[in-house]
Amino acid sequence: MIGSTKINVIVSQIKVLNDLVTCFEFKRTNGGLLPTFSGGAHTIVEMQDGSVLRLNPYSIMSDPFDQARYTISVRRDDQGRGGSLFMHTKVKVGDEMVISYPVNLFSLDLRARKHLFIAGGIGITPFLAQIKQLERSNGYWELHYSTRRPSLGTFVDELLKKYPHKVSPYYDECDQRIELTSLLSGQPLGTHIYICGPKGMIDWVRQEATDFGWPDEAIHFEEFLAPLPGKPFQAKLEISDKVINVGELQSLLEAVELAGVEAPYLCRGGACGQCETSVIEYDGKFIHRDHWLTDDEKTSGLKIMPCVSRFEGKKLVLDR
Amino acid sequence: MVGFKFPESIKSRPVYGTLSVKSGVDHLMIADGEGAEAIIRLAKLNKNFIEKSHIIYIPKHTKSIFVDQLKELMPGQLYLGPSYPASVSRIRQALNNAKMGLQVYLAGTEGLIGQAQNECMSSGVPHTAIQTEHCGSVARRMQCVHCKGITEDVIMDPFICIHCGLNLFIRDHYSRRLAAFQGVCIDAEDPGNVPDAVELYK
Amino acid sequence: MTIQFNDESFRGEYTFTNSDHAIKRFPFPFHEDSYMYAVNMEQHQGGPEGSIYEKRFDVDEHYVSEMYDRKLVLTEDPLRCQSLPHMVMAGWDLLELIMVSKAEDYPDLFELHRDGANWRWVNKPLSIDQSFVFLDETTLPYGPMEYITRQTQGDFCILDQRNDNLWMDAGMVTTQADWSLDFDIGMNFFEWHAPVPKAHEMGIFIRALKFLLSIQQGTPARRLNWTMTVNPLLDTSPENYHKWGVQKRTLTPENIGQKQYLRVELQTFFRLPRSNALVFPIRCYLINLEDLVSVPKWARRLHRVIRDLPIELATYKGFIDNRPMILDYLAPFDDGQPTSDGVWPD
Repeated sequence: MIGSTKINVIVSQIKVLNDLVTCFEFKRTNGGLLPTFSGGAHTIVEMQDGSVLRLNPYSIMSDPFDQARYTISVRRDDQGRGGSLFMHTKVKVGDEMVISYPVNLFSLDLRARKHLFIAGGIGITPFLAQIKQLERSNGYWELHYSTRRPSLGTFVDELLKKYPHKVSPYYDECDQRIELTSLLSGQPLGTHIYICGPKGMIDWVRQEATDFGWPDEAIHFEEFLAPLPGKPFQAKLEISDKVINVGELQSLLEAVELAGVEAPYLCRGGACGQCETSVIEYDGKFIHRDHWLTDDEKTSGLKIMPCVSRFEGKKLVLDR
Repeated sequence: MVGFKFPESIKSRPVYGTLSVKSGVDHLMIADGEGAEAIIRLAKLNKNFIEKSHIIYIPKHTKSIFVDQLKELMPGQLYLGPSYPASVSRIRQALNNAKMGLQVYLAGTEGLIGQAQNECMSSGVPHTAIQTEHCGSVARRMQCVHCKGITEDVIMDPFICIHCGLNLFIRDHYSRRLAAFQGVCIDAEDPGNVPDAVELYK
Repeated sequence: MTIQFNDESFRGEYTFTNSDHAIKRFPFPFHEDSYMYAVNMEQHQGGPEGSIYEKRFDVDEHYVSEMYDRKLVLTEDPLRCQSLPHMVMAGWDLLELIMVSKAEDYPDLFELHRDGANWRWVNKPLSIDQSFVFLDETTLPYGPMEYITRQTQGDFCILDQRNDNLWMDAGMVTTQADWSLDFDIGMNFFEWHAPVPKAHEMGIFIRALKFLLSIQQGTPARRLNWTMTVNPLLDTSPENYHKWGVQKRTLTPENIGQKQYLRVELQTFFRLPRSNALVFPIRCYLINLEDLVSVPKWARRLHRVIRDLPIELATYKGFIDNRPMILDYLAPFDDGQPTSDGVWPD
């Protein structure tokens, strides 16, 4: 299957960074080298939680040139389906896990004269790898990093120490906000902006940049959606002639996979378009949560992105 | 010849639009010949942005026809260039000093649009963010694929490369990087067998 | 060494020849008796032993002579190898991919010794023993892409991935089927394919691009493409078309078996890890009609494919004028018998 070549790893280190975020380091089980990657890449971590298999994407934050280890950071989400809680509470040093080869859907535009990074909260992780990559090639970059309060600005101290002139932290609880107007109007031609963080922040920066006349090609963002829990529903897979039940904490894609039906994917977060599935018949309503399908496609009832979207109703028949 | 409608062609052939005002911090307009008409029309649509505009205009054969009208627009800066090559250093400086949010408008012949677009791209403006409008002559800027020489303002097909002398036919295949269409030897397989030249689009 | 390298030329006297072994492993591209464009991608994860698909970068009896021919082309026209400034990292990616693959796949021919960033590369067929520092351009005689592709058969296009498209931003192109890297560099996937007739309307390129964008590390892909060339001329470039074009008129019923070649491209695609670019090697295999008809199934099938090919395609592939003569040559080998499925000889 495209994009999902697996790597067997062992959890070599776990570091609690603050109340919400824990950092995990992986090494190859056989002690060999891990594949290199480019800053912004993610890996899909397979979590066997009892009988449930969850596959969640996490940005790799370690140095892309370090083939000995990958590190990721997981933010605990108490309202989520349990993937992050599983990582926080069940995973121990020495555990064997399976991760995917790195896939990059948020890569640097290497033509940029300058890279302007805007991070919110846990959205800092892809930038940590990109900064390491750019430092190797003497790249020109600048980071504006916003978090709720200093105790959650996990990487701020380290970044400020290493790059005092390139990093600006902001804390919501101290009423500090990124001064977008001056930031966006003063950048040299050829600057690219990269945004990773909560949806509200991404929308805000994108809109402002567009209003200032920044071209779309110079605006990059990554917003991985975690699949949300929802009411259980049933779906029929026409090609494989199977009926599947999607549980409350399960995504449609996971239910398809559990039934032994192969479905392509890359991001599992509603962004890459790989798992796009045609709907043959339905009676009910779709809960579209991806940002791949156009609004027209969403209302057409002809397509669904099973990684993050759900269904409520009597009947759903899919082309799988 | 304003508003010439180019026939449908292959995917590498540039497609031109109609200039419209876009929001941005500054506006750079580069035009030659009849391209002035597109700029004048644009400025009359929206007077507010013209004071933040830098117009670089190469009149070519239209000489002074549009010059007074351009001056009356009262743009932030207006430069009248004797030729494109003479204007290049001014274009480069404008781009070097520009900030993100600059909007670029190009109007005139394919040769002017292509070369100015190339300068903008070299400064980091994506080609898709550059507005273009074709006005005036449909002559093309051609690269001889054999000797790499550029022949400006080619209107007859086939034509003789002014550098190496080969008989070249005009392809629609276009390189933004070279700002030129491709000219390929027409009688390579049968030397001397060259059809009569006809004017483009006639 | 396991491979006996030919001493042959792809120009002038054209002393190029295929051994019986090379004929047997020739990548005949037609799996049925007709041809139309298709995306026809498959995984590039090895293939039958001895076939051209077995290794990631196939090395064959023509290796040393092909590399010499590349050197001649580059000496005359260095613009055949170009890399836009942002593609340097992709060049290192390619160097690493090829060195690692060749050293693993052909340990008797190539060696790679790595001690951190200090690398030593041994290429026995070309008598090269180079120590260098990985990612330090000053320690190699050429840029990384040029260095390694002067030692690897086939053309190489390195495609940057941006804005859901692929951009041809670097390449080594000396054995091309009549397209110019110097002209096409910087174009996107649809633009550099613009001159190809029919396929755009068929949606081929939209589907192909979607497939290529999703290729990831560890899952390379491949397909075949083909055309026809008079004489075993590798450098059928537009740059030199005014010099080689006239050779198309030298075919006669007497010499066509030796002079008319089927030219097959093995196109492979690998994701490059450090740059997130995609490399697109295009490996050219040549076989003349005389050698090709030694496989009865191939002879029958080629006759039918060439006969039934739409005019636009025969024109685009550059053999429309010679088609009648090619068919006259092939017709006696087509007894009308059915052919078996697939490309392999019966």
